[in-house]
Amino acid sequence: MSDPTMGAPVLLEMTVAGALILVSGLCVLCSYRVIRGPTVPDRVVALDTIATNVVAIAVLFALLTGRGLFVTVSLVLAIIGFIATVSVAKFVTEGEVIE
Amino acid sequence: MTDIVTLLTDVQFMAIVILLAFGLFFTLVSTVGVLRLPDIFARAHTASQTDTLGAGLALAAVALALGWQNATAYTVLLLFFVFITNPTAAHAIARSAAESGVTPWEKDDDNTEGDDQ
Repeated sequence: MSDPTMGAPVLLEMTVAGALILVSGLCVLCSYRVIRGPTVPDRVVALDTIATNVVAIAVLFALLTGRGLFVTVSLVLAIIGFIATVSVAKFVTEGEVIE
Repeated sequence: MTDIVTLLTDVQFMAIVILLAFGLFFTLVSTVGVLRLPDIFARAHTASQTDTLGAGLALAAVALALGWQNATAYTVLLLFFVFITNPTAAHAIARSAAESGVTPWEKDDDNTEGDDQ
């Protein structure tokens, strides 16, 4: 810790690895609501939460592995999750997405 | 790890760890809310607010850890994107639930909709 070039990255790596494990476990817990949710919007809200968590997982994985490519992956995942949620909302309301 | 992470000072390192811890805390609160709250509107509420804040704080921690490079610009862009789109999506799904006839939970209902079968 006294030498920032040597001490900090090892501790940071452990922190990011622990964060990855915790967020992955929370995704698994959210899937309970996806399976058990009584209505379609319940499942979609839980899936939206999982999508946001996966965005955080991809960015943390980019930091852990040192590949900036995964930041782009998480950007695409965020866009796809938003479009999926909004289109399911429109499907529940109107019965069709594109008329 | 060592290629992409630039030279970190101790202050920067502490800031990264604190931001990451708060992000994980808010993600945990959001998951508990999605699992335990009684109806769709309360769940959409916690999914829009605490989950946005949790992911936003984690993204801010990663942007701080990356330093000055191209991936940092993408991360900050992603942070603003998540802050705009996540409440929008939760609002859309809550409005569609209201229009499709889901009634809000009231105090008299002694069981939740999900666990009473």
